[in-house]
Amino acid sequence: MKVLLLAEHDNSVLNEATARAASAALAIGEVDVLVAGENCASVAQSAATLSGIGKVLLADSPPFANQMAEPVADLLLELSGPYDAIIAAATTNGKNILPRVAALLDVMQISEIVEVVSPDTFVRPVYAGNALQKLRSDEAKKIITVRPTAFEPVASGADAPIEDISSNVSNDKSSFVGEALTDDSRVDLATAKTVISGGRAFGSKEKFEELLFPLAQKLGAAIGASRAAVDAEFAPNDCQVGQTGKVVAPDLYIAVGISGAIQHVAGMKDARTIVAINSDEDAPIFQIADYALVADLFEAVPELTSKL
Amino acid sequence: MKVLVPLKRVVDFNVNIRLKADGSGVDKTNVKMSMNPFDEIALEEAVRLKEAGKADEVIAVSIGVEKGQDILRTALACGADRAILVIAEEDVEPLNIAKILAAIVAEEKPELVLMGKQAIDNDCNQSGQMLAALLGWGQGTFASKIELADDAIQVTREVDAGLQTIKVNLPAIVTADLRLNTPRYATLPNIMKAKKKPLDITTPDKLGVEVRQRLTILETVEPPVRQPGIRVTSVAELVDRLKNEAGVL
Repeated sequence: MKVLLLAEHDNSVLNEATARAASAALAIGEVDVLVAGENCASVAQSAATLSGIGKVLLADSPPFANQMAEPVADLLLELSGPYDAIIAAATTNGKNILPRVAALLDVMQISEIVEVVSPDTFVRPVYAGNALQKLRSDEAKKIITVRPTAFEPVASGADAPIEDISSNVSNDKSSFVGEALTDDSRVDLATAKTVISGGRAFGSKEKFEELLFPLAQKLGAAIGASRAAVDAEFAPNDCQVGQTGKVVAPDLYIAVGISGAIQHVAGMKDARTIVAINSDEDAPIFQIADYALVADLFEAVPELTSKL
Repeated sequence: MKVLVPLKRVVDFNVNIRLKADGSGVDKTNVKMSMNPFDEIALEEAVRLKEAGKADEVIAVSIGVEKGQDILRTALACGADRAILVIAEEDVEPLNIAKILAAIVAEEKPELVLMGKQAIDNDCNQSGQMLAALLGWGQGTFASKIELADDAIQVTREVDAGLQTIKVNLPAIVTADLRLNTPRYATLPNIMKAKKKPLDITTPDKLGVEVRQRLTILETVEPPVRQPGIRVTSVAELVDRLKNEAGVL
């Protein structure tokens, strides 16, 4: 089996999700990596260090600058000929682009796999992770997105060849207007070893930040939030942990003032150690927490910060 | 312009699902079914476009079992003008859904398809993107804000790093994320009025689409269960246990 893995990046840095998706890809077959972007040679160089890959294809061209789905899907279609599988991490880019490729190839995509059983059989969560589905694809080409937290990143240190590819793909369907990115000096939520998440119980953005930021700083932790906290604008959208937000699997997850709706639990139940702090002793979050503290968060959080 | 809104009937988001003991799937007997929450948001946005005078007609469409009429009646009560039910098996794969929707688009010629970004049962997150590909249209997925202009739609998208704004030429597909709007409830007078609105029933055959499932589901099982841990009585005890027992501090 020959696999083409689409790299996740921002034109300067290769996202760790790619190294994790590479683990899944290598369990399926021989892997080449596609870096599509603009002025992204440094990303191709990082990708070339991923252990086990064959080569890096570099498509460095303006239509690919912002990972717009239409041109990147057309490029993948153009390159698909020799490959038996096309894989991407289940990031917002992967989720946006790959179903388009699948439909153009007339094959059914397999979304967000968490296990490769064999090159044609996979396991994926459904119903917000409340069930695991094992399925087989007999499609001529497999189109797959990979849940990054379910796979360890491959090692780096290799030196695969980089091949420049030219493409006539253009984009007359959509255009990039702008972006409002969250402060990137913060710890990255998707890959953090420790995550501290807050819920609606904080009552205001001010309290959310005043109480959680010092604790996060002491622990070197990323900030997460429940849907309710994001809807109330205590935290930006990219902090949302859950079924439809980010899925995280840190060593330590501290849920503060979060009741534990199944949609939130779907995004964090694979954390190694879960701590829940909530004033409601019947909160569902306590059913999955390793350490449960029934307490008023306005007292417990500052005390925790001071004791660390 | 016409707006087409595809809707899926799913197990209600508040229900804790039960799996059949033989591993063949989710037990749906006597389980509350509702409109997929992301589709509700898409429908609300379409109705708001009509109320703002930017859309002329909102057509709701659902693909699935006959009971899908329930959610279509709800959609009509929430402001859709008419509805189409395509009778098919349960759990039709997204690629088939996209092909059926493409056939409906060919008949109805909407300029905008507004749909949920994913269904909360299979969590696939594929149908909108696939439909866009089959039609050769542009796509604005995971939308948290849209602005309609004459020949294009500006879409603010929820992406991993924050928010991205793109312009997609019409006709286009937009898929709704959670914060696009807060959907309204159907009022009793509107529920009564909805009974008189047209609801057509068709089949994939009549639309010229062959439904062929591509993936074989081998088994559906419970994920590993996390055992509840212990109650700590103080912050000091919590810190002590995290340091000395869990070893994570």
